[in-house]
Amino acid sequence: MVVFDLQDDEVDRIFQALADVTRRDIVVRVTQREQSVSALAASYAMSFAAVQKHVAVLERARLVVKERRGREQIVHPNPGTVREAARLLEHFEELWRFRAQSISDILSEDREEDREEDREEDREDREDREGERS
Amino acid sequence: MTVISSNKDIEALTLTFVAEFDASAQRVWQLWEDPRQLERWWGPPTWPATFERHDFVPGGRSNYVMTGPEGEKGPGWWVTTLIQPPYRLEFEDGFADENGDPVVEMGSVRAVVTLEETEGRTRMTTVSTFANLEQMQQMSAMGMEEGMREAMGQIDLLLAEDDSA
Repeated sequence: MVVFDLQDDEVDRIFQALADVTRRDIVVRVTQREQSVSALAASYAMSFAAVQKHVAVLERARLVVKERRGREQIVHPNPGTVREAARLLEHFEELWRFRAQSISDILSEDREEDREEDREEDREDREDREGERS
Repeated sequence: MTVISSNKDIEALTLTFVAEFDASAQRVWQLWEDPRQLERWWGPPTWPATFERHDFVPGGRSNYVMTGPEGEKGPGWWVTTLIQPPYRLEFEDGFADENGDPVVEMGSVRAVVTLEETEGRTRMTTVSTFANLEQMQQMSAMGMEEGMREAMGQIDLLLAEDDSA
């Protein structure tokens, strides 16, 4: 059975991305409000290039999305279209599991009823035979 | 019942779910055709469905209402687009307003169901394709999360009982 939500390497990327304190801070900041890379760079005691690198790591882990707006690069939080889709499809899969189980329960009730009817017929047959003998 | 496979295509927003049942295709078909049988399994956990209308013919309309644990109502509609008894069924499934009319902006889920019978067992494949993410979110909000958590909780309880036995 194929159960895939996030691939292992995707999970690894997310954990690696969030293993760094600056990157966690960037995620928190852009979640509160979208920001340009240069605005973010101004918040940290490191070069623009270093911040840009951190943003790229977050982007690869699909935790943020970057969009060019004029000369600025704007960083958005990414509740993750993709991740969200995976999560929701997983719920839908659970729903189908539940439905399949319910169908199966109904079908096994059928079989129970069939057996009941068989027993009923057996009894009638027996009674008929006994009736014929007497 | 055996779940054979379940495959999520994230980009196409499609779920392909395959399960096998110990019954004829004819019998499984009835579970789709007869609204009284359909409503016994259609609704999510804790959200049983009631089919008020089920015109099981090509182009036919169905209306159902799912009722949540707090009595909240989740109305839905179907339009059956293709019927080949007892092997193939296609329909559109979407959210309805309180009058049972489709909520157009929500779009619909396209469902293709195929039944294949082999040696008295029936393999049922359902392919569900969502229109967009919002629709999935809405659907997911509708008791599914809550219901699953409850169901999982019950399973945990049963397992715990096994352990203590």
